[in-house]
Amino acid sequence: MTALRTAPEPTARPVGPPPATKPRERGSRFVRPVATYTALIVVAALVLVPFAWMVSSSLKRDNEVLTVPIQWIPEEFRWSNFVEIWDRIPLATYLGNSAFLALTITLLQLLTGSFAAYGFAKVKFPGRDALFVAYIATIAVPWQAYMVPQYIMMQNAGLTNTYWSIILLQAFGAFGVFLMRQYYTTIPDELCEAARMDGLTEYGIYWRIILPLSKPALASLALLTFVNTWNDYMGPFIYLTSNELWTVQLGIRSFVGQYDAEFAMIMTGAVVSVLPILVVFLLGQRYFIRGIATSGLKG
Amino acid sequence: MANAVTEAPRGAPPRGSAQKRRKRRNTLIGWSFILPNFVGFALFTLVPVIAAFALAFLEWDSYSAPEWVGLDNFAEMLEDENFRVALGNTLYYAAGHIPLTLMAALGLAIVLNGKLRGVGFFRTAAFFPYVTSLVAVAVVWRMLFNPTAGPVNQFLAAVGFSDLPTWLSSTDWAMPAVIVTSVWRDMGYYMVLYLAGLQSIPEEYYEAARMDGANAWHRFWHITLPSLRPTTFFVLVMLTIQSFKILDLIVVMTDGGPGRSTLVLAQLVYREGIVEGHFGYSSAIALVLFVIVLSVTVVQFRLNERRNR
Repeated sequence: MTALRTAPEPTARPVGPPPATKPRERGSRFVRPVATYTALIVVAALVLVPFAWMVSSSLKRDNEVLTVPIQWIPEEFRWSNFVEIWDRIPLATYLGNSAFLALTITLLQLLTGSFAAYGFAKVKFPGRDALFVAYIATIAVPWQAYMVPQYIMMQNAGLTNTYWSIILLQAFGAFGVFLMRQYYTTIPDELCEAARMDGLTEYGIYWRIILPLSKPALASLALLTFVNTWNDYMGPFIYLTSNELWTVQLGIRSFVGQYDAEFAMIMTGAVVSVLPILVVFLLGQRYFIRGIATSGLKG
Repeated sequence: MANAVTEAPRGAPPRGSAQKRRKRRNTLIGWSFILPNFVGFALFTLVPVIAAFALAFLEWDSYSAPEWVGLDNFAEMLEDENFRVALGNTLYYAAGHIPLTLMAALGLAIVLNGKLRGVGFFRTAAFFPYVTSLVAVAVVWRMLFNPTAGPVNQFLAAVGFSDLPTWLSSTDWAMPAVIVTSVWRDMGYYMVLYLAGLQSIPEEYYEAARMDGANAWHRFWHITLPSLRPTTFFVLVMLTIQSFKILDLIVVMTDGGPGRSTLVLAQLVYREGIVEGHFGYSSAIALVLFVIVLSVTVVQFRLNERRNR
């Protein structure tokens, strides 16, 4: 299709470039969007089919889920699955646990991360850059490489099977400091200098000037941290053994292990576990994208 | 700067000590900002990272006292068939996951880079798998890959394939199934990076190329790809790190099975260290994993430098 559109150009060019491009553009104005929309729809279908299947299965009977041919729209919508699931597993407890962990860790990460980032970005003192390198270096070490020493520490401290283990391990991550520092460096130093002249202390500058200016970065960090902790599987899997401490991820996984033929109920649980993330994501998606772009490319 | 102006008339000697005092004050203030995070970071990240290196040279099981054994753990690894299988599987996963995710992400970004109406919705949709919980992703794809009635095989049958793979219950096809799932999950994340890269290419380049009669393929090959080189480099590094440390998806989706066909290095670290309590040996495997990731990254940096010269 593209070859067709561009083929006449070489012969048309010598006549005079400006008029020659006109008819081609008129053609492409029609063909281009159609082609692009077709591509878009194919792509969207590929990406969304698993979600469509999840939602559709969650509204079926168990024996209607895996059928030949696939029934994309359930014969009868069984909304009752979404009522039953709460009785089958302690879903309310799991959701509450997940929310508690995700909120606590996000709050601590925001507080300590944004505070430390000010020290790294706006206060000059000897040894600062070396310390920052230590932070960055640990981001490069995969967590999988030091999960065993962390586990030994937690075991010796008697913190396994408590929320302390998860909170302490995840709330002080280097990532938050890094992301906030990257953002602070885009705020001109002259602004801090002027505030110092006005007699503001460094803590005052952090609280009254830098923090209000970095709301987008704070939002990015909050959303990324919240979603990461909500979705985290390995942390709770390693540390939390008592059922009443489980997060929604562990709860769903264990349900799948016990009742692997209850296809519809499994999908119902999956939908419930994804819904909070969907809401958070839709509300703040531009901060997500910005967070990824700043932490990634400007590094 | 303004400070220096007011201080200057006071003369040289006091200024020197004032500067020293200010330096000391700044150090204190700086540390006071960093300390709340640093205490947690040092205890729960920095110390474990350093300990991980030391542990690799110890013989230490949960029931015995630690003992320095030099390179014995690494010698043990050479004899350990689980290690060999896990290393092979990790390389297999990386060899599939890295190029496929890269191509899918770039393709998505190019399709979704236009300014057409509704493109925002499609971008959101493409990114959403990345923020969906892993457990949901794993349980959905396990059913999609169901050998008899799963949508994947029904689709393959519909387009004319016979003798369909049994995916997660087959030792040959479990890893491809995991790779497909992870590409689907991760492509949206790297698409965001590529979109940022695409949007930084000046439109004039394309206009000039059109004037010269370059077709879409030429424009892609001679403008888009070269301009995206920094992005591609970054994506490659991130993808490599991500691929070699793959753990949670495997644990939830296959738990290393069937047999050992999807056992990966990070999972072996988990099993040896946390399940079996072989702290020293598991840390040695973790060190190997880290060294592999590090050397691949260094090689990529070198190649990138050479290309930029």
